[in-house]
Amino acid sequence: MIPDTKKPWGGRIHLVTIGATQADGGTRSSTVTIGGSATLPFLEFEGQCGRPALAMEVWDVYPQDWPDLLKEPFGEALHDPARWAEACCKQGADLICLRLAGCHPDRGNRSPAQASEAVKQVLRAVPVPLIIWGSGNAEKDNDVFPAVAEAAAGENCLIGTITEGNYKTLTAVCTAYKHKLISESPCDVNIAKQVNILAQDMGFSVEDIVIYPTSAALGYGLEYIYSVMERARLAGLKGDRMLGQPILCDVGIEAWGVKEARVTDTEIPEWGAQRHRAPLWEAATAAVYLVCGGDLIILRHPGALQAVKKSIAELAGSSAAATQA
Amino acid sequence: MGIVLIGERINGSFKDVGRAIQEKDKTVIRDWVARQATAGANYLDVNMGAASRNPDDFAWLIQTVAESTTIPVSIDANRLDMFSIGLKAYRDTVGERPVLINSTTAEDSKLIPLLEMASEYKASIIGVVMDERGSPQDVDRRLELGGKIFAAALEAGLSTDQIFLDPIVMPVKFMQEQARNVLNAIQQMTMLSDPPPHISVGLSNVASKTEEKKLINRTYMVMAMAMGLDAAILNVCDEEMMQAIATAEILLGQEIYSDAYLKAYRQKAGGTQA
Repeated sequence: MIPDTKKPWGGRIHLVTIGATQADGGTRSSTVTIGGSATLPFLEFEGQCGRPALAMEVWDVYPQDWPDLLKEPFGEALHDPARWAEACCKQGADLICLRLAGCHPDRGNRSPAQASEAVKQVLRAVPVPLIIWGSGNAEKDNDVFPAVAEAAAGENCLIGTITEGNYKTLTAVCTAYKHKLISESPCDVNIAKQVNILAQDMGFSVEDIVIYPTSAALGYGLEYIYSVMERARLAGLKGDRMLGQPILCDVGIEAWGVKEARVTDTEIPEWGAQRHRAPLWEAATAAVYLVCGGDLIILRHPGALQAVKKSIAELAGSSAAATQA
Repeated sequence: MGIVLIGERINGSFKDVGRAIQEKDKTVIRDWVARQATAGANYLDVNMGAASRNPDDFAWLIQTVAESTTIPVSIDANRLDMFSIGLKAYRDTVGERPVLINSTTAEDSKLIPLLEMASEYKASIIGVVMDERGSPQDVDRRLELGGKIFAAALEAGLSTDQIFLDPIVMPVKFMQEQARNVLNAIQQMTMLSDPPPHISVGLSNVASKTEEKKLINRTYMVMAMAMGLDAAILNVCDEEMMQAIATAEILLGQEIYSDAYLKAYRQKAGGTQA
């Protein structure tokens, strides 16, 4: 008799649901659930694979330094987070990521009350779940988070980020207002685990966390992030609960920051039309993260969104989704 | 998936448990279930020791443990009839749930009927590498008997994951050369197949009658883990032991390092409590 030598994974990636419908105390028309994978991405013959979700990025202020090409699809809506979010939903975004960029002391220093108002406007304007991302200034974010978390109470948002050096305020706030949490680590699997342990030590469930191991654009250290994501995912599948979280990739901000996306047609003609090149750079970056375990991808350009949707459908081998995309 | 820790404390040889068996006092048993669960046991060994030879008492003890936890039980006995009574009592209490038979030897008179029981109850089994000729004194004999048990268990339809081989730890105080023989046997047992069977020891035997029991147990445990040991029957309530195991898992690359790895280990342990 030939023994069965197939070695099963001992674990499964935690399922994290973002958003709450009326039945659960929110106002979303539907929710988004990520994670749940019982094997590596898209190996559906081996076990259940979670379906990645795609969010589009909206700011609380006009994104002054975005390239014209990236501003073009949204036009005047960029001056109004609510209209901007509506436009993203029309493009087919599963979620909206509201980045509170304007709260940064160097970018307008908007108040917690103004940030809360932006959150409420977006929640009123669109039916999809919301990701709320701080300004990146730890001190200011700790002032803003309590207000926005309260403003979005009941909506089961995903809020971030906590880091090894700054986790107490947001963890406490997300516990109090029942939101999900993004834990950030600087391309380091050991710290990814550490931040989750710290959050759990405060009584926050590691099943309610999405990990963000930082992201990099294609050509700019993406392979380092890839191997960190791979290690985290393998550990999670082997049963390490502290690394069993779905993984978030913040792709738009990275892809649109590199010269391959920003350079115009006239600057380097041989690189081809920016109109195609830039969204492609964003989509190609996202596609790499899909195959190493990215569960939630944040994008900026509608063209990239469509391309990544198509990639997911093709990788997942689902004809229904392929037609949709 | 980590190491498989089998909590040794529900054993009639301990005075408090022995008395609890004789007086049918569930509180003592439940207390040891809870304490070992909190400490991170993956199985709870249940053994009557010298407290009773009555099968009804064994059934009572297994029911008492099974009804107070979701952690699977390791049914620890010598007589065949005790195993069948124990397995039946367990299934009657909790239905079909993982369970461990502790243990068979390589003797056909034990091995064959116990593998039949393992197959019937979908149980895992520990195979101790001894036979009618007694315990092996060298590495080769340990491997020979381990190989025999392993092959027979696969034939009986068990998966490698359900098979635990025990190379028999002996007291260092009386048989010092056996400590190294067992380590070498562990290393070679990992090469029996890929994936290999589990390799388990009854740890505390190594420190029997010594004056530095905890230190010897702990040191031997991490040495054996480095050789490939991935299961043990031991005192899971020994905090220093558990920290040494957690650290060995990090050093062997079985767990991803984080500064708070001991905290994570404790959180994980507490999380398995019923």
